[in-house]
Amino acid sequence: MKFSAEKLNKVKEIMARYPEGKHKSALIPVLHIAQEENGGWLSTEAMDHVAEVLNILPIEVYEVATFYTMFNLKPVGKYVFEVCRTGPCMLNGSDDIIEYIKEKLNIREGETTLDGLFTLKPAECLGACGYAPMMQLGKHYREHLTKEKVDAIIDECRRNAANNN
Amino acid sequence: MKLLLEHAHVEGIRYYDTYRKHGGYRSVEKAFKMTPEEIVEEVKKSGLRGRGGAGFPTGMKWSFLAKPEGVPRHLVCNADESEPGTFKDRYLMEFIPHLLIEGLIVSSFALGSNATYIYIRGEYAWIVDILEQAITEAKNNGWLGKNILNSGFDCEIYVQRGGGAYICGEETALIESLEGKRGNPRIKPPFPAIQGVWMRPTVVNNVETLAAVVPIINNGGEAYASIGVGKSTGTKLLSVCGNVKRQGIYEIDMTQTVEEFIFSDEYCGGIANGKRLKACIPGGSSVPILPANLTLKTAKGEPRYMNYESLSDGGFATGSMMGSGGFIVLDEDQCVVRHTMTLARFYNHESCGQCSPCREGTGWMYKILKNIEYGKGKMSDIDLLWDIQRKIEGNTICPLGDAAAWPVAAAIRHFRDEFEWHVNNPDEAQNRNYGLAHYADPIHVPASA
Repeated sequence: MKFSAEKLNKVKEIMARYPEGKHKSALIPVLHIAQEENGGWLSTEAMDHVAEVLNILPIEVYEVATFYTMFNLKPVGKYVFEVCRTGPCMLNGSDDIIEYIKEKLNIREGETTLDGLFTLKPAECLGACGYAPMMQLGKHYREHLTKEKVDAIIDECRRNAANNN
Repeated sequence: MKLLLEHAHVEGIRYYDTYRKHGGYRSVEKAFKMTPEEIVEEVKKSGLRGRGGAGFPTGMKWSFLAKPEGVPRHLVCNADESEPGTFKDRYLMEFIPHLLIEGLIVSSFALGSNATYIYIRGEYAWIVDILEQAITEAKNNGWLGKNILNSGFDCEIYVQRGGGAYICGEETALIESLEGKRGNPRIKPPFPAIQGVWMRPTVVNNVETLAAVVPIINNGGEAYASIGVGKSTGTKLLSVCGNVKRQGIYEIDMTQTVEEFIFSDEYCGGIANGKRLKACIPGGSSVPILPANLTLKTAKGEPRYMNYESLSDGGFATGSMMGSGGFIVLDEDQCVVRHTMTLARFYNHESCGQCSPCREGTGWMYKILKNIEYGKGKMSDIDLLWDIQRKIEGNTICPLGDAAAWPVAAAIRHFRDEFEWHVNNPDEAQNRNYGLAHYADPIHVPASA
């Protein structure tokens, strides 16, 4: 993975937000861009490229990428279902939603479907407690989940994947 | 009484023109006719306390900011809202972003920050766009950039996305993260007010705190202080979740009783599905859980109120805390052991791993709670759990250790019989309806029940 010219401009713009010599501050925002560009996960190659662009050591990138939950260090499916299961979501039935997804997609927590479309990644509190149960899908939240809504989301993802191919 | 959410339901309030039409950015006009010291003084007079959870007086925090000659200072807005039960800052940023931007401009001027950062939790990805749009609009209309309102003051606001870590809500971990590092909290002192981001003097304030600066400047610190009760001045946002009829965001002036807040139709509308109140965690998952009777009344039998002092009446023995305002309600069918187990898993996942009592202790607590919940616990595990939480509390660099210990301690303190029931009835531990001893006064049983 190498940043396109357009993404490289975005990276340079982020680096300019900090005082002279403090461009390492751009690391987390830039890792988000790298992950998006690299199919949803950070390979060693992608992280090394980030280190090169930011002019920092690769280890400085690895130690940060391994710390933060949002960075995937292994390949993931095209659609990652990050279903919250912390207290308030549990009170509103998130356990049932997770079980339903496991059954429906025939995967366990942390696994990806054989067709590479879906990954189930149980999450800890995402700040949508009043709209539980919920999941993060890409940039957005899907809230007030029911089994029917989960069905509809899965169908929607399959349709989008088919249209993009 | 609404100060922050007064215009929340106006259509288009997310956009500059509508926001301005409803009195937006007046506080900036007013602030730039004052000196920075006068603004800090108004905030002090207002009695505003940090809305992120700790409740530290904001004006005092501002007055600690060091001002060495020639060293830039920074204001950082803590939008890393991650405490389970808390989703109020998200609401403010998503629906009234300009209120935060306005508060940030005034506060940046008061503190002398020419580059101000909003550190937002990485999962709130779409809100980054909303905030950046608001910043662009503000800039296009002359409220940001060079020489704002011909004052000679320059200010830029940048939005920084985090990577998904609860610990980054702790201000020194947030600063580390903003510097592009792992979110390991720093040892204090030095406090951020002396050496914060890039070792420069820094103030870190919560989203709601900075938004509250707008009405304080518009109406004056004294007017703000006249709202509320005692040292709980102004209004507070509550995010309500769990088993109530109307979950969501409420702005209160802290004069309501807890009973009114949970059961009146103006607020939560009572317990959902005709159930009864079993327990409540009034200030985010870290604060002690209270059984129904102690939720509604203090140990002295007096009504409990929705403010900092009353919610903590009785200390941890019989009280709780206002915390972040994440108000979690459990109905009669909920299992306190299971709920506590999910919180223990959360803190174990979120521990940064720096201090061994927290790194190891949160894992042990989760394992033991999991055993008890799934019918594999021993009676001695309950005492062991108590012992572990006691050894975490106060023995870590940052308050995450305490935050992990308190919910476990309170669950055992008030619901020990429920833990014992799990140990004695391993087969039934999964399917149950338990907790009768903790029900509130039966007047709260809805007529339909």
